[in-house]
Amino acid sequence: MIRLSRSEFIFKFITILLVTIFSLLAFYPVIYSFSASISGKIAYESGQVVLFPKDISFQVYELIYQDKSLWISFINTLFYTIFGTAWSIFISATGAYALAKRRLLFRRWFNFLVVFTMWFNAGMVPLYLNYVTMNVDNRWGIIVAFGVQGFNIILLRSFFEAIPKEIEEAARIDGANEFDLLTKIFLPMSKAAIATVTLFYATSRWNSYFWSRMLLKDPNELPLQVYMRILIENYESMFENMPIDLPYSSDSYIFAVLVVSIIPVLIIYPYLQRYFARGVNLGGVKE
Amino acid sequence: MKNKSDAEHNPRYIRTLLADYRLYLLLLPVVLWYALWFYKPIAGLLIAFKSYQPNLGVMDSDFVGFANIVSLVDGNFAGQFWRAFRNTFVINIYGLLFGFPIPILLAIAFSEIRNTVYRNVVQTLSYLPHFLSEVTITGLVLTLLYNGEVTTGAISQLLMDFGLIDESTRIIQNADYFQPMFIITGIWKEAGYSSIVYFAAVMGISPILYEALKVDGGNKLQELRYVTLPGMAPTLIIMIVLRIGQMLSVGYERVILLYNANTYETADVLSTFVLRIGLEAGNQSMGASADLFNSLIGFMLVIGANFISREISDSSLW
Repeated sequence: MIRLSRSEFIFKFITILLVTIFSLLAFYPVIYSFSASISGKIAYESGQVVLFPKDISFQVYELIYQDKSLWISFINTLFYTIFGTAWSIFISATGAYALAKRRLLFRRWFNFLVVFTMWFNAGMVPLYLNYVTMNVDNRWGIIVAFGVQGFNIILLRSFFEAIPKEIEEAARIDGANEFDLLTKIFLPMSKAAIATVTLFYATSRWNSYFWSRMLLKDPNELPLQVYMRILIENYESMFENMPIDLPYSSDSYIFAVLVVSIIPVLIIYPYLQRYFARGVNLGGVKE
Repeated sequence: MKNKSDAEHNPRYIRTLLADYRLYLLLLPVVLWYALWFYKPIAGLLIAFKSYQPNLGVMDSDFVGFANIVSLVDGNFAGQFWRAFRNTFVINIYGLLFGFPIPILLAIAFSEIRNTVYRNVVQTLSYLPHFLSEVTITGLVLTLLYNGEVTTGAISQLLMDFGLIDESTRIIQNADYFQPMFIITGIWKEAGYSSIVYFAAVMGISPILYEALKVDGGNKLQELRYVTLPGMAPTLIIMIVLRIGQMLSVGYERVILLYNANTYETADVLSTFVLRIGLEAGNQSMGASADLFNSLIGFMLVIGANFISREISDSSLW
């Protein structure tokens, strides 16, 4: 054990304490939402729920279970996340592969077109008018027209560039063409990068709200985030519509829906978090 | 242009291209995607110079030159426009003052934890809010700060208990509280995640430097001053450049989800102004003018910041 001087000890103690508090604060709302969702009406409304639930009852989740439009939106979000992520990965991986190749004609020019998208955008009105003219008002429109991010393409490109030329040449001698190279060599060799980019794309699909709300016409196609927001917006009128004698507060319903939306993120998070720290640093976007 | 391949100078490059068609086939999806969903809307910015009629479309609407831009900065909506401009700027200044240093401090603090298991746990916890949606985060904020007749949110209650606000204060309806609420929400959601980049920078500093300072009898503050911060400098400069380039953009989704008619005074930013005037009220040309204004200044900020950073140090984005 290295002996610490007094000043070092105090410094260490304070920093560790502050960091711990910050991290707990980051996690607190998740716990609070769960506690608030299962606490009793009186306990919740009199402010007795601070961290742990009181008068526990899972009745609100029975109501959630029966909320058909919630589950429709949940399944919609799964659909958008799975197909949307696959689409985004397809565009990004093929593009990154081509952009990583030195022999590509006008390579610098194409790379610039991708990097430029990180620094400029047309703005809300031209984007909206374009989506409307292109009929992006349904499921497939949302999947196809969104989700590709320049940052992720550049990240994949730098991974692909780092793969040794010798491996590629050896495969070529064995008769591999570009498609074989991409699917059998480059993708398997960049699992960490693919995992990172998948995480980024999947969370942004899972969380996307604004354009889905602006563009989707059919209420049966709305994703969970939009459903949840509409619920929160009608928060105050919920009091009037809810029967007075419920054993839980109407807040509990909102918190329960928030919990439903957080749980899938919490489930995949531990599996993927070891990848993204590396990915973020690799992105160190430099053209 | 030193990276150009020989093929580009070869007059017979068409043949080379044909032989290599698979590579270009792989490039095609991304090019098409950006053409359709990114560059085509940029051409649509033309309506900033037109009197846009939805039934005529972008190309056939009448050309009016700078009329929209003039009326934007000095017409019916000028008051709202400049208010949005000011709010965008003010929110970003606060974001820079408070939001920028915290991830750096957090990263340095993380690096002080020598127990890697414990460090991983606190780091992982601190990243989590980044992955939650804006709807979830703002839903939480709105419920926790709610102050109504029937219920009071936990944080509102806490602030009342400490006497920081009185019983009748409705934080979410009060323009005075919008900006602090917005900035704190942002720090809570993103500070942990943003610290990743700085953490990597701190961990990249050679331990020999720390040893040397220790031998010379340096204390903790001197260590920060002479080793840690200089070691992080390249990263800090890049991140400041990135941040300044973003000075005219505010996470509009979060604003839309947190603001309401009572808080427009401090909450309305350029993108929410565009949303209300350009899309909801149907003044598309006016909205596009504001978009153009916003994007151009934003782009100039990126270029300017990058230029400065290249002049004062070796770090630059391109």
